[in-house]
Amino acid sequence: MNSYINYFKSKRDNNKSYFKCLKKKTKRRDFLFTATTAVGAVGAAAAVWPMVDQMNPDASVKALASTEVDVSSLKPGNTITVLWRGKPVFIRRRTKEEIDEARSVKMEDLIHPEKDEDRAKNPEWLVMLGVCTHLGCVPLNDKGDYKGWFCPCHGSHYDTSGRIRKGPAPLNMEVPKYEFVNANTIKIG
Amino acid sequence: MSDHDYRPKSKVGQWFNDRLPLLTLANHLTDYPTPKNLNYWWTFGGILTFCLITQIITGLTLAMHYIAHADMAFESVEHIMRDVNYGWLIRYIHANGASMFFLAVYIHIFRSLFYGSYKAPREIIWIIGIIIYLLMMAAAFMGYVLPWGQMSFWGATVITNLFSAIPLVGEGIVTWLWGGYSVDNPTLTRFFTLHYLIPFLILGLVVLHIWALHVPGNNNPIGIDIKKPSKDTVPFHPYIVIKDGFALLMFMIVFAFFVFYAPNILGHADNYIEANPMVTPAHIVPEWYLLPFYAILRSVPDKLLGVVAMLSAILILAVLPWLDTSKIRSAVFRPLYKQFYWILVADVLILGYMGAMPAEGLYLLIARVATAYYFLHFLVILPVLGFKEKTLPIPLSITEPVLGGSPNLAAARIKESKIE
Repeated sequence: MNSYINYFKSKRDNNKSYFKCLKKKTKRRDFLFTATTAVGAVGAAAAVWPMVDQMNPDASVKALASTEVDVSSLKPGNTITVLWRGKPVFIRRRTKEEIDEARSVKMEDLIHPEKDEDRAKNPEWLVMLGVCTHLGCVPLNDKGDYKGWFCPCHGSHYDTSGRIRKGPAPLNMEVPKYEFVNANTIKIG
Repeated sequence: MSDHDYRPKSKVGQWFNDRLPLLTLANHLTDYPTPKNLNYWWTFGGILTFCLITQIITGLTLAMHYIAHADMAFESVEHIMRDVNYGWLIRYIHANGASMFFLAVYIHIFRSLFYGSYKAPREIIWIIGIIIYLLMMAAAFMGYVLPWGQMSFWGATVITNLFSAIPLVGEGIVTWLWGGYSVDNPTLTRFFTLHYLIPFLILGLVVLHIWALHVPGNNNPIGIDIKKPSKDTVPFHPYIVIKDGFALLMFMIVFAFFVFYAPNILGHADNYIEANPMVTPAHIVPEWYLLPFYAILRSVPDKLLGVVAMLSAILILAVLPWLDTSKIRSAVFRPLYKQFYWILVADVLILGYMGAMPAEGLYLLIARVATAYYFLHFLVILPVLGFKEKTLPIPLSITEPVLGGSPNLAAARIKESKIE
């Protein structure tokens, strides 16, 4: 009789540990699911990144990063437009009046306050991307309310320093990195 | 739907259908019970299917001759126009086909607005439709870039620059979209790839659109729920097939008029000048079907907010089923909504006209008022109207207004209940 009782007791204990084991097993499953999903997500992201990054500028596009321009023939009051990285760059040799006008503007009057001194290190030469900061059109020379540039697309007015004064554009026309290689040559980029 | 117990007559048909129930599908499509009072505004679904297939076929044939390269794209399009056999015809069908596609889709959308087809239980159909519409705009925009004319180039520049309005990552996204520092050859090749892909995405969504439609069945001009099949319905074939076919013929006459008599009237002369990154055309205008949204973009003086307003003007349509609080679908029984509906139609047309005009003076003022009204309609008028409006009594069935008041009505009802 006792042996029978012991038998059932041991059976019950076995069952208990069996159920415990089951509980533990589900937890282990959860861990496996989480780990697999995490590794899978990292793997998928690693596979997706090349697909995304291939759309960024490639080596040949980046290689065309600088342009040298001969500006010796440019007279005061004239502008030339050169292509750099597929974008037009305005190089203007400014007149005395234009410089004075650009430098006399109060900072409070500007939408995007920048000193002309910072935009044109050599006051006679203004070099900037000929790209309207609104939606990328090419502004027209010697036009607009501020005698600088005017964008025909959505009506932004720029002054003689290429700063936005009126219209939907949020920023001044961008001054790229450039330097005078010698007295007659500007290197952009 | 009674087609679930459909069984083909022939042994071969049964053998095939047991393995792939295509014949059951065909039977469902022919027998599909359709409200018998559908008017001609309901034929534009079929017309749009025709437009999509036409664009895909003409697009495939154009792609056999077109070269997606910044140096050769413009010339290859001229080559298609002058040298390729019937190239001019195929290109004019494709170019005007885009306009016809949008004409049809606008009628289709405004039909839905008038008869309340977007309301429960058809919200998913409507949302899939809005996604299709967005994809159509993307496809049309990228397609317009491919000839690499001045409008192509500067349109692409302006539209991709919209993304630069996003704070912090905007510039990075634009460079990524371009694959360079301006719109150039990498931009052209990827636009060509996507322009080729999108129509097939649309095709897949059209299947879902029709599938979702066939669950509750068509809405109808009086906008009531009907029993299917019943005295209020007719089988899709031959009744609707013939009606759709006739409407399609009428539509094709308009289509052919543009293709053969005024193939360039919807385009811009500037696009016959090769793309030049140094000179922006004096007046950049998108294609006519994007003008209302362009007007909204320009009427906001802030760059980021302008882009946000333009996008919300489209996306607001996706939540329309929940903005319109009225339980009555058809404008026929909503005397106030009917008036606001026509004001909205006029508002969108005004926006379209303002989008084509320079953004200054009176034009700008009108565009701003129209933009404000557009949002007012969806965000204020529609939600309030559902609670305030006194709607007219709606009939119990499509048959009732026809037989209304006569002793036949009772007889018809009894007959109907017997059919079920």
